[in-house]
Amino acid sequence: MSDVYIVGVGIHPFGRTEQRSGRQQGEFAIRAALGDAGVEWPDIQFAYGGSDSAGSADTLVEQLGLTGLQFINVANGCATGGSALAGVYAGVKSQQFDLGLAVGFDKHPRGAFDPLPAQYGLPAWYGEVGLMLTTQFFAMKLRRYMDQFGITPLALARVSEKAFENGARAEHAWRRTPVDIDTILNAQMINDPLTKYMFCSPAEGAVSLVLASEKRARELGRTQVRLKAAAMRTRPPGSFEVFAPYLDLERGHSATVIASRAAFEMAGIGPEDIDVAQLQDTESGAEVMHMAENGFCRDGEQEAWLAEGRTRIGGPLPINTDGGCLACGEPIGASGLRQVYENVVQLRGLGGARQVPGKPQTAYSHVYGAPGVSAVVILER
Amino acid sequence: MKRRPIDPGVFTDDAEPRLVAGRHRVNGRLVFPLPSDAESYVPELLPRNGRLWSYTVQRFAPKSPPYAGPQPFAPFAVGYVELPGALIVEAPLTDVAFTELAIGMPVELAIVPLRTDPDGTVVTTYAFRPAAGSTP
Repeated sequence: MSDVYIVGVGIHPFGRTEQRSGRQQGEFAIRAALGDAGVEWPDIQFAYGGSDSAGSADTLVEQLGLTGLQFINVANGCATGGSALAGVYAGVKSQQFDLGLAVGFDKHPRGAFDPLPAQYGLPAWYGEVGLMLTTQFFAMKLRRYMDQFGITPLALARVSEKAFENGARAEHAWRRTPVDIDTILNAQMINDPLTKYMFCSPAEGAVSLVLASEKRARELGRTQVRLKAAAMRTRPPGSFEVFAPYLDLERGHSATVIASRAAFEMAGIGPEDIDVAQLQDTESGAEVMHMAENGFCRDGEQEAWLAEGRTRIGGPLPINTDGGCLACGEPIGASGLRQVYENVVQLRGLGGARQVPGKPQTAYSHVYGAPGVSAVVILER
Repeated sequence: MKRRPIDPGVFTDDAEPRLVAGRHRVNGRLVFPLPSDAESYVPELLPRNGRLWSYTVQRFAPKSPPYAGPQPFAPFAVGYVELPGALIVEAPLTDVAFTELAIGMPVELAIVPLRTDPDGTVVTTYAFRPAAGSTP
């Protein structure tokens, strides 16, 4: 089977862009990715894409050209981007196609997401009493984890501080001003133990990637970045997810754990081989827990890792080098592909002020979200 | 004063209230709340006492809808409570200072007022509070 290469990447800056719709941001990212790959829209043989709340990706053919290509919409919640990429990867890997495109975009209103109970099969009272909040779930999963494994609020603040420091160096980030530890710790409490600087916000943005077979990548002269694994998984029994009125006494793994293991198996490498990682950081505690769920450290080791700066740019395992969701915001359909975009930039050595030193050879990205989905992508130079 | 539960099927409202879960007739799995699918689930009352499994404080007013709590909004505690031999259930927490919340603390079920409707009806919800006789 053919190796799969990422031959082009494009991004529309994250944050707020009042004058452009989500679809327009998607189109912007696609044109940038095509330009980066040195191909034209009619060259693209197939595409997967989606957004959570900004429209259907396939309608972009109206703007890009009615070439008749196969274009499959993906609606997979927080794993939309990762699922789109998994689809394109499979199409190229199986040699059905040799040039494909993935796109993810979104545009959410300000403020916390406010889903209704019925959309999740829950009774109305669940929302009426005040339990229908994603932020509560994150806080409670984290509170238990901190208690079990000795993670402190200072560790959470260190994650946020790093995010804003890295975001300040990333052109596509939304929040580009560093914030110091004390400000983060003493800010307004949202859901204890998480202050407002420890949560990401719903936002806007778009990312597109062009994937090619080895033969096509060689023709294009773009064989720098190989896609070694793309795995998407749903939750196993006993996982702890958002909007759960009850949990089983017997606790189990998360969707992240099984997606991560599947991806490492596909890539034939392990966590110790990864040079740079982008991990879902919906809130700073999520990054802490995901360090262990993805196999990079043991539960509880994060406290020392963060104190030692091991996950900063320049540390042994830089994490969220563009500031992650904390600095870029969370456009649901685009976040997973932003992580892959950032990893391509790092592997190409084009990270500028945020470039991981020492020519990273491997890069890992991980999304997680409602209702218990996770997607992991591993790249190699 | 008129009083009604927020939902007639979620808890029993008597001197010793209990949450109503459902046990699947075929696979034996216990779920909460009791699904409306009576053909598949048998009602089962959950233990009244348990231990706090995790918690947080809701500091900001949730959007309405779906939230329909008291106005003006006041921050409240929520948590997961481990009920031995049964389930871990999500619940508002009551009669406890935010600073006294701790994983493992013994708690018991209580039926408490959530809000008063315009017609004067007091709408009640279930919650857990520190167990009687336990030191906070």
